[in-house]
Amino acid sequence: MSASSSAKSGINFGRYILYTLLALFCIYYLLPLYVMVVNSLKPLSEITSGGMMSLPQELTFAPWQNAWSKAQVGVEATGLRPYFINSIQMVVPAVALSTLLGALNGYVLTKWQFRGSTILFGLLLFGCFIPFQIVLIPMARMLGLMGLAGSVPGLIFVHLVYGIGFSTLYFRNYYAAFPTELVRAAQIDGAGFFTIFWRILLPSSGPIAVVCIIWQFTNIWNDFLFGASFSDFDSQPMTVALNNLVQSSTGVKEYNVHFAGAIMAALPTLLVYIVAGRYFVRGLMAGSVKG
Amino acid sequence: MGFLDIKNATKSYGAVKVLHETNISIEEGEFLVLVGPSGCGKSTLLNMIAGLEDITSGEIAIKGRSMNGVKPAERNIAMVFQSYALYPNMTVKGNISFGMEMHGMPKEQREPRIAQVADLLQISHLLDRKPGQLSGGQRQRVAMGRALVREPDVFLFDEPLSNLDAKLRVDMRTEIKKLHQKLGTTIVYVTHDQIEALTLSTRIAVMFGGYVQQLGTPKEIYDDPANMFVAGFMGSPSMNLFPAKIVAGANGPAAEVTLQAGQTAQIPFANGAMSSHEGREIILGLRPEAITDKDGADRNSQSVHIVECPVEVTEPAGSDTFVVTQIGGKDVTGRFRADVNVKAGETFPFAFNMEKAVVFDPKTEDRIR
Ligand SMILES: Nc1ncnc2c1ncn2[C@@H]1O[C@H](COP(=O)(O)OP(=O)(O)O)[C@@H](O)[C@H]1O
Ligand SMILES: [Mg+2]
Repeated sequence: MSASSSAKSGINFGRYILYTLLALFCIYYLLPLYVMVVNSLKPLSEITSGGMMSLPQELTFAPWQNAWSKAQVGVEATGLRPYFINSIQMVVPAVALSTLLGALNGYVLTKWQFRGSTILFGLLLFGCFIPFQIVLIPMARMLGLMGLAGSVPGLIFVHLVYGIGFSTLYFRNYYAAFPTELVRAAQIDGAGFFTIFWRILLPSSGPIAVVCIIWQFTNIWNDFLFGASFSDFDSQPMTVALNNLVQSSTGVKEYNVHFAGAIMAALPTLLVYIVAGRYFVRGLMAGSVKG
Repeated sequence: MGFLDIKNATKSYGAVKVLHETNISIEEGEFLVLVGPSGCGKSTLLNMIAGLEDITSGEIAIKGRSMNGVKPAERNIAMVFQSYALYPNMTVKGNISFGMEMHGMPKEQREPRIAQVADLLQISHLLDRKPGQLSGGQRQRVAMGRALVREPDVFLFDEPLSNLDAKLRVDMRTEIKKLHQKLGTTIVYVTHDQIEALTLSTRIAVMFGGYVQQLGTPKEIYDDPANMFVAGFMGSPSMNLFPAKIVAGANGPAAEVTLQAGQTAQIPFANGAMSSHEGREIILGLRPEAITDKDGADRNSQSVHIVECPVEVTEPAGSDTFVVTQIGGKDVTGRFRADVNVKAGETFPFAFNMEKAVVFDPKTEDRIR
């Protein structure tokens, strides 16, 4: 009796330590967000007078308006809005296309295997791990040759090429666990290559598609290097514009505007996680258990 | 030329030949069962008929038309898979109509056929459900419905019952047989279960190691096995196979066997069979129902011989009692009437019905006739 109750209190004690630790970590990770939010809602004077951690005494949305449509980014005072639009125009097609092509690749690599398909998959995987820096110069040359240099379509192309490796990996592993008998049944029923893909495989790919979309969206939205390397002033993505906003040397540094801009840049990925996060975990689990 | 002709068909994966020259010809309306242990090439042969696997050499023809190079969808076949392979994202109705839709049949023509098949298989109330909401038996029916609705020349079944529990399996077996009798379509059916093979088929191909070991009616396969593999694989409990020697007995050739205590006994063959093989070492095959107690022996047989054998084990099984003795170092099981009073340890008269005896060569394992 006494042994079991003392073991139980031991467990409880352990739990308290664990929860305390987790709570501390939680605060540690949330603190930056707190700092960003409160400071983006203060007048600049409150920040410069040393009140970084305190709540705003005078609540103002002016920094947000500034960051969105008035602040000096690069040479013109356009705010971040055009660059936000650039990023959307880049990320939506890039994510959609890389996910779709990854699904198609995964379908071929598992259900229509051909000589050398394993090697091809190996090479695609290898492509995932080539450091970005290595491809910068060859890619710049390629984009130049294709007439896509310094444009949003050029950025879409770069991210598409880089994204295919990972999206193929996701879908290949998911489809490897997808029963081949279904494909054979559909063949006998008279469905062709693309019909089987559209009507049978894709409708059952929800969980892995969510994983892939979140992954690609976060990576492409947050990318800075490709954005900085392959864009012109009018095609810069949000990340690069944010950097220009923060780095602009004219006048006083408007920290509150910077904070607001940074939150704007982070918001879409945050939103994607909140909306699809549940499916993300579920999809990862499904892949690992079945694959 | 038959309805379905398989001529010298082979299949190799790289250097490995998984199906050796196979020749099978069946008539319209036949129920051919391919039976054999796992890995013997049954599914491979079925998939070759379906067109899901290429033929390495040889030819497969349906209704006299060579199917080499013809796509699965254009062979006018339908297939039921072991896992049922129902499309998980479609309703039962969607599953059944998918094939017709792919073959370009207009919706007005599909509807009555779906209704008819659903009625036949008693799944009308399930049409709007998804496969995930069905029990194993219901999925099985839907899979059959999907095949039936196409009205194909040949039905192909790949172990359709092996995912069902024992009771349901027996029920569905009967239903498949009824369905075949009602519709009269040609069926090729793969199973590893020899009872399914015997009960369903009009003809059986017993396969092992990529070869068709024997092709024949259930009765031929059961009574007249071509080799020791077929003899041992078909029937449950399986055929007793024990070593013996052919000697010249008082009433013609006899099988000399060694009983448990080391003493020998001679059991004469029926009708003077095996006279040309005297002196030869053989394997003697007798099914459990040909080894009985004295009163349980077949009254029509002219060749029942009694041998006193020591009883090792008795296994009451309700309707019968299986009694085990040892002959030539092998366990030999007899099927006795349930009310025979026989105990382990004592010696008991066993009645051997030699009209049913089959003889094999111990080296080649082939039949000696
Ligand atoms: N794609 C393949 N590549 C290589 N060997 C295969 C392939 N498919 C089947 N085999 C081999 O062919 C043999 C027969 O397989 P199968 O026809 O599936 O047997 P079963 O009688 O159990 O249905 C097995 O030994 C299997 O390992
Ligand atoms: Mg098989």
